[in-house]
Amino acid sequence: MMAHQKDFSTILFRGALGFLAALTVVLLIAPTAVVLIVSFTDGYSLKFPPVSYSTRWYVELWNASHLHFAAMNSIKVGLATTLLSVVFGVLASLAIVGSKSRLARALDSLFMSPLVLPALAFGFAALMTFSAVGWSVSITTLIIGHTAVCVPYVIRTTSAALTQMDPALLESSASLGASRWYSFRFVTLPLIRPGVMAGAFIAFMSSFDNVPVSLFLRDARTDMLPIRMWQDLEGKLDVTIAALSGVIIIFTLIMMIVMERVAGLSRRLRQG
Amino acid sequence: MQTIKRLPVTAYPLWLASPLALAMLLFFITPLLMLGVVSFYSDTAMTQWGSFANWAKTLDGFGLTVLLDTLWLGVQVTALSLVLGFALAWTFLRMPGRLQPLIIFIVMLPLLTSVVVRTFAWIVILGRQGIVNNFLMDLGLIEAPIKLLYTRLGLVVTLANVQLPLMVLPLITALQRIDLNLSDASASLGASEWQTFKKITVPLALPGVIAGCLLTFSAAITAFISQSLIGGGQMLFMPMYLYQQVSALSNFPFAAAISLTFLATVILCVSLFNMLGRLSRGYANG
Repeated sequence: MMAHQKDFSTILFRGALGFLAALTVVLLIAPTAVVLIVSFTDGYSLKFPPVSYSTRWYVELWNASHLHFAAMNSIKVGLATTLLSVVFGVLASLAIVGSKSRLARALDSLFMSPLVLPALAFGFAALMTFSAVGWSVSITTLIIGHTAVCVPYVIRTTSAALTQMDPALLESSASLGASRWYSFRFVTLPLIRPGVMAGAFIAFMSSFDNVPVSLFLRDARTDMLPIRMWQDLEGKLDVTIAALSGVIIIFTLIMMIVMERVAGLSRRLRQG
Repeated sequence: MQTIKRLPVTAYPLWLASPLALAMLLFFITPLLMLGVVSFYSDTAMTQWGSFANWAKTLDGFGLTVLLDTLWLGVQVTALSLVLGFALAWTFLRMPGRLQPLIIFIVMLPLLTSVVVRTFAWIVILGRQGIVNNFLMDLGLIEAPIKLLYTRLGLVVTLANVQLPLMVLPLITALQRIDLNLSDASASLGASEWQTFKKITVPLALPGVIAGCLLTFSAAITAFISQSLIGGGQMLFMPMYLYQQVSALSNFPFAAAISLTFLATVILCVSLFNMLGRLSRGYANG
């Protein structure tokens, strides 16, 4: 009798958690699926499910030059930000990983702080600082602002990769007469490359998606895609945005699969 | 004779960090310090310095309401995320191994997808002709579409969903560390699944719970796009409050005071979570 009761409560408990988990999985997939489906609507509204399907909004997107302009700016800023984040970030990781000195710990906290501080406050502060020294907003100021908030991602994955390296490899390399630079180039770099690549990818996606910094540091000449999309959605519900969202989702999916293969992305995201 | 301290071959010199340290000092720390200076100007043209007027205005009745409401939004979103996220993480570890990479992929996808795209999806889902309304009307539960967009409920559900990956990933890591033998031992001693969950799983997972809550909470209160598109013009939270002062009113000194208030609040919350984290780790390990 007791055993029976226990089984029942166990089943109930597992069922409840299982049901919630299933609901959560649906909630996680739904937005992506909904956007992809609605982007193929034939109508002018965001009615779901659409009454009939077509690729007309993708054709519309092909001709939407203001979106192309913003997208090109976002890609330019994203690539430059990624490059700077990788160079600065890898150098900083090499310096601070393994170092027990108080300065190294302090630098680590400084470099990671953009991840927790509200980026919106930083975006506004950067705008004020640039205008105080007479720099008008441009692609350059956007790249500087984005790099400050994206470099932590590169440091995180690179540091994790460096920590996992066996120090004996560098010791044997040095005992065989290799210089520090040679060991870095032919031992360290190949071993940490997947970590750096994962960090670079996350930094690019985070720059491409950045709102809080771009919000203050862009103007009409340097329009950025997420801000353009936000403003379009505030004004009217434009179905072209659905097609654009579809393109972004497909791009993200493909990049994720590629990065999973070459850099073990999911493992590295979870370490961080 | 002087002995030169040589760096071990496995380490790199600390000066390699100087380019980034210098850049962060110039372009990150300096701007944040600028906020402090500017917040004491009493006029928008920034000629009269040395007034606390902006600070008083930030913490007066209205300003304080906005701040507290923003924090309350964070609490609501974090609570919902935690319930959903814990259920998923708990079930994840009991799934067949083949399914696990797929679930991780599903959790990661929103993390890397543009936040505007994700928010846009919720406009479609919650809209008058959206899925929820159509579904409820098909079931005959409602006659006409109900308002879900631009409501508090809609905003909390959207934000909880948008930030869910930040909750799930630390929870999975924390639950994975728990020795499954503990649950078996608990069960063989006669504890029900619920008792084991309450007395063993949750306490041991606390460090992960706190890490996930910290990430979700700080993301929810700073989520400008979702707050403005799903919340609509009727609701005002700190990010939009700040943005309005800058873009519409060009009141930089007041915006600086708002920024610093928000910044200080976030730092306070982070410290609080970190303190709880340290306590819970002591609890989980001892």
